[in-house]
Amino acid sequence: MTGKQPFEAVVAQHAATVLRVCRAVLGAADADDAWSETFLSAMKAYPGLPGDANVEAWLVTIAHRRAIDVARAAARRPIPVAHTPGDVVVMDASESGRSLASSSGSDLDTDLAEAVARLPGRQRQAVAYHYLAGLPYAEVAAIIGGSTDAARRAAADGIAAIRRGYPNAKRTRAKGDSREHR
Amino acid sequence: MNTDELSGELKRAFPADPGDLRLLHERLAAAAQADGILDVAYRTVDSPVGRLLLAATEAGLVRLAYPGEDHDAVLQSLADRISPRVLSAPVRLEVAARELGEYFGGQRRSFDLPLDWRLSTGFRLAVLSHLTGIGYGQTASYAAVATLAGNPKAVRAAATACATNPLPIVVPCHRVVYSDGRIGNYLGGPDAKRALLTLEAAK
Repeated sequence: MTGKQPFEAVVAQHAATVLRVCRAVLGAADADDAWSETFLSAMKAYPGLPGDANVEAWLVTIAHRRAIDVARAAARRPIPVAHTPGDVVVMDASESGRSLASSSGSDLDTDLAEAVARLPGRQRQAVAYHYLAGLPYAEVAAIIGGSTDAARRAAADGIAAIRRGYPNAKRTRAKGDSREHR
Repeated sequence: MNTDELSGELKRAFPADPGDLRLLHERLAAAAQADGILDVAYRTVDSPVGRLLLAATEAGLVRLAYPGEDHDAVLQSLADRISPRVLSAPVRLEVAARELGEYFGGQRRSFDLPLDWRLSTGFRLAVLSHLTGIGYGQTASYAAVATLAGNPKAVRAAATACATNPLPIVVPCHRVVYSDGRIGNYLGGPDAKRALLTLEAAK
């Protein structure tokens, strides 16, 4: 009888995607904690997970809840950051994309990360879960609440906002003064 | 920018490089150990008889596997038989790895490790638990081992127990041979069995 694969295989297959999602939704400063708590709670619950479950959607669902917890905890830290629990922006946008060890990131990547960080919470989550985790909008809706259409709209609005800001960032950089807007 | 380009750009903006993921994996293994949910920890060690897979539960070393057994298949069977909470976590196996290194270096004649016998039951367990009585550099016959395990007629069953030993090297089934000189079956193959007997003969 072959049952569930070893949890190590789950980590190997999904570690990178979950880290990208945590970084996009929470910012680099809190992403490592959210990743750790996501995989620890996933490992606890893993023996009871139905064999036919969509593991990636399951992990992103846990990451979404952990991100909200991490954001709430961040709000209780001595230096408060403006946000509400449903809106998990707690990042210092200039830090996005950077983390634990070295991360290579060009200015262009940093500009995009900042554009994502400026999105309202639901739009940022919809963009991350659909475009980074590759989940269909029905799954995205199940995670963030609301209808499939609302999830699709949130992602579209987010992408439109990124497109409005991101090309400007490119032009700014081309002129050689990309540091100015940080 | 189309959807695929956008996904690609987002992946570059939110990187997940291998160094970060390695550190996070270490953190996960430590947290799982602290929370008591690291049901099976494993690592590999290189040895003169090939790369060995070592796996341990909280109770002790539960499995040692030769490369020929297919390590992925062994890990899957541990997930099936013990728990799917199986994680690469070298820390729990540090002592076992060190003792194996000393053994292959000729500096160790017996292992001082907690063992988890749960993968063996009944007569096979009886056979294997008597093997530690066969000292370094010595051999015993399958018939003698069957007798020690309490059933002198079960020579074939004793041979099967040795050939399916989940803890080879540490539980020294390689020291059991046929009384007519044939070397007998071994999980690591006859060459590995011969290599261990040669190592132990060079005192």
